[in-house]
Amino acid sequence: MDKNKAKNTQSQFTTGIKDALPVVLGYLPLGVAFGVLARSYGVSTGQVAALSILMYSGSGQFIAIGLLKAGLAPLEIITSIFLVNLRYLLLSASIAPFFRKIPSPYLAAAAHGITDETYAVALGRFRNTEATLPYTAGLFTTAYLSWVSGTVLGAAVGNLAGDTARFGLDFALTAMFISLLVMQLNSRPVLMAAVVSGVLSVIIREYLHSGWNVVAATVMAATLGVIFSRWKAKYL
Amino acid sequence: MESKILIVILGASLVNYIPRMLPVVFLSKIRIPGALSQWLDFVPAAVLAALVAQEVFMPGGGLDLSLANKNLLAALPTFAAAILTRSLALTLLAGIASAAALHYFLGL
Repeated sequence: MDKNKAKNTQSQFTTGIKDALPVVLGYLPLGVAFGVLARSYGVSTGQVAALSILMYSGSGQFIAIGLLKAGLAPLEIITSIFLVNLRYLLLSASIAPFFRKIPSPYLAAAAHGITDETYAVALGRFRNTEATLPYTAGLFTTAYLSWVSGTVLGAAVGNLAGDTARFGLDFALTAMFISLLVMQLNSRPVLMAAVVSGVLSVIIREYLHSGWNVVAATVMAATLGVIFSRWKAKYL
Repeated sequence: MESKILIVILGASLVNYIPRMLPVVFLSKIRIPGALSQWLDFVPAAVLAALVAQEVFMPGGGLDLSLANKNLLAALPTFAAAILTRSLALTLLAGIASAAALHYFLGL
């Protein structure tokens, strides 16, 4: 009985690792790109490792180094990242019902492994099979390790790469934002809010010279989006 | 600069962990009100658009709508790739390749 259980645990863990492989294929190159770019912005290899281990967020980390380079103050940077990654609240809330049987302390640790990608893979699996701790651990840990090692590897070879513009890497951050943005544009009101936010962001930065442009534009555009949706639901 | 990076690392890590942790651990005690959850639906697109606009239209810190703005030119094929493929990896590849080509052929 116990032996069976151990075997089961092991096979669930292995399934988790296997399910993580497509995520790893995305994280390794993106991680290397992040590491190289971070070094070229003057962030040390140790700081890259700390960012990946503690923060573990592709979008968040790219924003962190981008805004550091742009010269924004720490509070402006942290608030921007907070807003970008508020979506974790939604991911976490939507995956929570599957985790009811797993004890809280394990969940508190596993929560650190929730990303857009691991969330998508896990949810796909949980629709068919019960969510277990070993499976989740296998999936989340594999993805986590690939991100941390990819970024550190990129930082370590970053010095050898020289001018990142030669490889177009200086545009990697913007390209990633564009990709994530397009994936979010799933309705008219969201598209409208995005356009408003983009215009406001540029206006505030250019004419008010404020580093709060991203935060202010987001709050105003999202609020307008809610007002517009409610108005549309009522009158159209 | 050193202490500034440290503050950003610690602060950003905290604001990344808390929204991930609270719902899975305490979901039964938390219910996100309808209006807030609707507002949160708009936040990712709005914040990404604000960032993209800043990177594309003002790469040097000031508004630049000229043809010498590499980010503006590279953004066009990148948006096309994002819309057509919906893939992070392929979009990243298209963006990096466009930026490298603009640098190599036009010296941007």
